[in-house]
Amino acid sequence: MTEEAKAMEVQEQERVPEERTERIRDKACYLPQSDIFETEENYHLVLDMPGVEENSIDITLEKNTLTINGYTDVERPEGYSLARAEYNIGDYERSFRLTDQIDRENIEASYENGVLRLSLPKAEEAKARKIKVKTG
Amino acid sequence: MFRRSSTPSIWREMERMQREMNRLFTDYTPARYRSAPSYPAMNLWADEESVIIRAELPGLKPDDLDISIDEGDLTLSGRRSPEEMPKDATYHRQERNYGSFTRSIRLPFKIEADDVEATMKNGVLTLMLPRAEEDKPKKITIKTQ
Repeated sequence: MTEEAKAMEVQEQERVPEERTERIRDKACYLPQSDIFETEENYHLVLDMPGVEENSIDITLEKNTLTINGYTDVERPEGYSLARAEYNIGDYERSFRLTDQIDRENIEASYENGVLRLSLPKAEEAKARKIKVKTG
Repeated sequence: MFRRSSTPSIWREMERMQREMNRLFTDYTPARYRSAPSYPAMNLWADEESVIIRAELPGLKPDDLDISIDEGDLTLSGRRSPEEMPKDATYHRQERNYGSFTRSIRLPFKIEADDVEATMKNGVLTLMLPRAEEDKPKKITIKTQ
């Protein structure tokens, strides 16, 4: 693949827009960069959330909204002075609206090396939703 | 004795201070405001004896990274592989990027390359770089007789 050889670039950190609500934590909150892809059986979400501990990730599903929260607690080195800062450390938050075609009971999540992967299985009825033509 | 310059010394002193201040501000402005850094973005902390560097490298395993030190120069290179996905998959959104990178930075002092500690945790690389013994400032004590 030619794409494999391409050089990586620093991506801009996009802040979560604050609409009506304000944050309590004194940290900025960023939108994690995400990939979404679909297979025959599943939808997949892949989110970059470096610096988050596995147990400080919250995934909630309310009605049709899937919300992912990640809280960072990266310690700053004590006794050192900051000489160069090129990126900010903050929490992560992102919401996705799901369609009715998801089997909500069987959503799976795994976190490894700063990457969160979610697999959302398609509901049975969505997989084989064929319209039968009635003959009169 | 003769005078080197006709400029009153107070002005020279002011100019020197101004230069000093400008240098300080450019040195300590976060790099993101000056120019886009190359990948990966780094945060750097320093004291007299060591430097700590952090970089966010989500999805990279220690084997994907190559770190080398040549006295006061650090080179970090690696590759992030594309997501492994089934053949029938179709993308709806692709924001995460992948590919290869190399970045070199000049450190404030010579490094004891054998004592560098590199750790990878939750996609964040931390490098602990101790200053070389020969490069440390020496304090000279004055003997009294």
